[in-house]
Amino acid sequence: MAISGNKELTSSNSPALIGAAGDSMREAFGMAITQLAEQYPKLVVLDADVAGGTGVHHFRDAYPQRFFQFGIAEQNMIAAAGGMASTGLIPVVTTFAVFCLRAYEQARLSVAYCNRNVKIVASHLGLDVGPDGGSAQTLEDIAAFRAIPGMTVISPADPFEMKLATKAMLEYDGPVYMRTGRSPIRRVLDADYQFEIGKGRTLRDGSDVSIVACGVEVARALDAADILSKEGILARVINISTIKPLDVDLLVKSASETGAIVTAEDHNVHGGLGSAVSEVLSQYAPCPMEFVGVKDVFGESGEPEELAEKYGLTAPFIVDAVKRAIARKGGC
Amino acid sequence: MGCKIEEVNEFAENIRRDALALLYHAGSGHPGGSLSCADVVAYLWSEELNYCGDSWQKKDRNRLVLSKGHSVATIYAAAGRSGLIDPAEARSVRKINSALQGHPHIKDTPWVETSTGSLGQGFSAAIGMALGVRHQEINSHVYVILGDGELQEGEVWEGAMSAAHFKLDNLCLIIDYNKLQSDDLNENIMGLEPLADKWRSFNWYVQEIDGHEVSEIESAVNKAKSVSDQPSVIIAHTIKGKGVSFMEGVPAWHGSVEITTEQLTQALQDLGIESGNMEAYINGDFWK
Ligand SMILES: Cc1ncc(C[n+]2csc(CCOP(=O)(O)OP(=O)(O)O)c2C)c(N)n1
Ligand SMILES: [Mg+2]
Repeated sequence: MAISGNKELTSSNSPALIGAAGDSMREAFGMAITQLAEQYPKLVVLDADVAGGTGVHHFRDAYPQRFFQFGIAEQNMIAAAGGMASTGLIPVVTTFAVFCLRAYEQARLSVAYCNRNVKIVASHLGLDVGPDGGSAQTLEDIAAFRAIPGMTVISPADPFEMKLATKAMLEYDGPVYMRTGRSPIRRVLDADYQFEIGKGRTLRDGSDVSIVACGVEVARALDAADILSKEGILARVINISTIKPLDVDLLVKSASETGAIVTAEDHNVHGGLGSAVSEVLSQYAPCPMEFVGVKDVFGESGEPEELAEKYGLTAPFIVDAVKRAIARKGGC
Repeated sequence: MGCKIEEVNEFAENIRRDALALLYHAGSGHPGGSLSCADVVAYLWSEELNYCGDSWQKKDRNRLVLSKGHSVATIYAAAGRSGLIDPAEARSVRKINSALQGHPHIKDTPWVETSTGSLGQGFSAAIGMALGVRHQEINSHVYVILGDGELQEGEVWEGAMSAAHFKLDNLCLIIDYNKLQSDDLNENIMGLEPLADKWRSFNWYVQEIDGHEVSEIESAVNKAKSVSDQPSVIIAHTIKGKGVSFMEGVPAWHGSVEITTEQLTQALQDLGIESGNMEAYINGDFWK
């Protein structure tokens, strides 16, 4: 047997070469966590051989002693994070969202059931994953993680909010599941925007309907509001970046004031933001609701924008949903 | 069935060329690991599977599962050369409305045997297939290809224990031991050695070969088929990016990466394509 040898190897992979660096939420997260390292000396980062894809390659390069490479073994990594937290560290565990699902039970028992101060940060969400296809396009993670008692679930809307949420997550003591995102995304929030865990924010006022969105759908909700305003429909746009705990007061107030709600998310319509919002409103402020999201099917390969179009996530679909909700107002 | 080594070598070279052209047209994907397993796939596809027409639907077919699903371009290349894919689809990999998904998916390409993409799971599925056919007294072999980084998944070792416990001598695992994974060398990410000893201690029949030497692949597969009461693992030492000078051993070519026209041209030259014959690859007509 002649074993072929590798030639001189360069050491580490550069970040994923698809998409512009720096303007995706994963890159924004990776840079933010690196900037916060000095301020939070107990912070450590755990990776499962996807640092180039989650943004934490920035942290790995800057703080190699505080970066723990667990290899392609997410279950061990997430349960080990629980153990590290028990010694007083703040472990930030990073991988693709779909592999957080793989370690779901570890997140449940070794993190949440033990009430450990572990932050699970997931990239590669929803149809936004694009060409890798349905196996990686996670449309179930909000449903899964918000069902774990004590788990805070955060899904920022743009790179700016990602930075604020990263700090807030470290400041907070307890288990967190935070979603980043793969594709380059445009900035939608102003420089004076404030992030607080558990608080939604009204980004645009309106009296006819409230569009409640999270993640990449916030930008599309704002686009939809623009389209609607040209038709004389005034849509309020609310960014719900903490899906758990939900900002019940803001939702109830908006439902009462606008009388119709449309939710929008790059997630299955079952169990996600829409379900969470309707759980609250059906109790405290019932009104007509429409749900923009993926209709209980798996995704497929394609570019994120094409997929959003095919699966009904773009602004025109939100516009249609708004009109349906408004049309049902009188009848409720 | 004797192996015609020259023919398999030629098939492997065509698989490499086609796989790169498929990824070039896709605009993204994973070239490095697709090239490292090309010789193993070429051998299994031509000597153990003989998939063409409807033959892959036979109950007693041999099966091949690509557990390292990100290397699917290699399987599409082999399938395209066997007439299982419409030649017009050569430009559609990883695109919307295509049968050719970014990772193997049985929905529109059922001959991939099972959907993969989450490392470790194809191995368990293959174990299930080996159990299933044996339980029904169907005489067939199940081959499954894993990456070396993939071996870090705990599921793999659960599977290793179960396959040995069930004495699955109709199961043959081939490890594409290219020493690299997503971000770096295995040894810098999570060391695997002593690898052969691990499998021996799990009670597998272990062989180590040069995974680019078809004669070694042939004899190892034949030996694996003759072993009884034990599953077999072939540790195939390979080079990630094999055959393309600027990709060999370079972690960045793991993926997901875009291949430019210049890079494709250079790669195809390395793979023995004359500059005059480049056009079909660049146009996406190479299966026509
Ligand atoms: C469970 C799981 N975790 C992480 C990934 C992301 N990922 C895709 S390929 C890869 C590296 C695989 O390395 P290896 O198995 O050595 O494959 P090869 O070198 O043959 O490409 C990783 C980490 C995945 N697909 N599945
Ligand atoms: Mg490898």
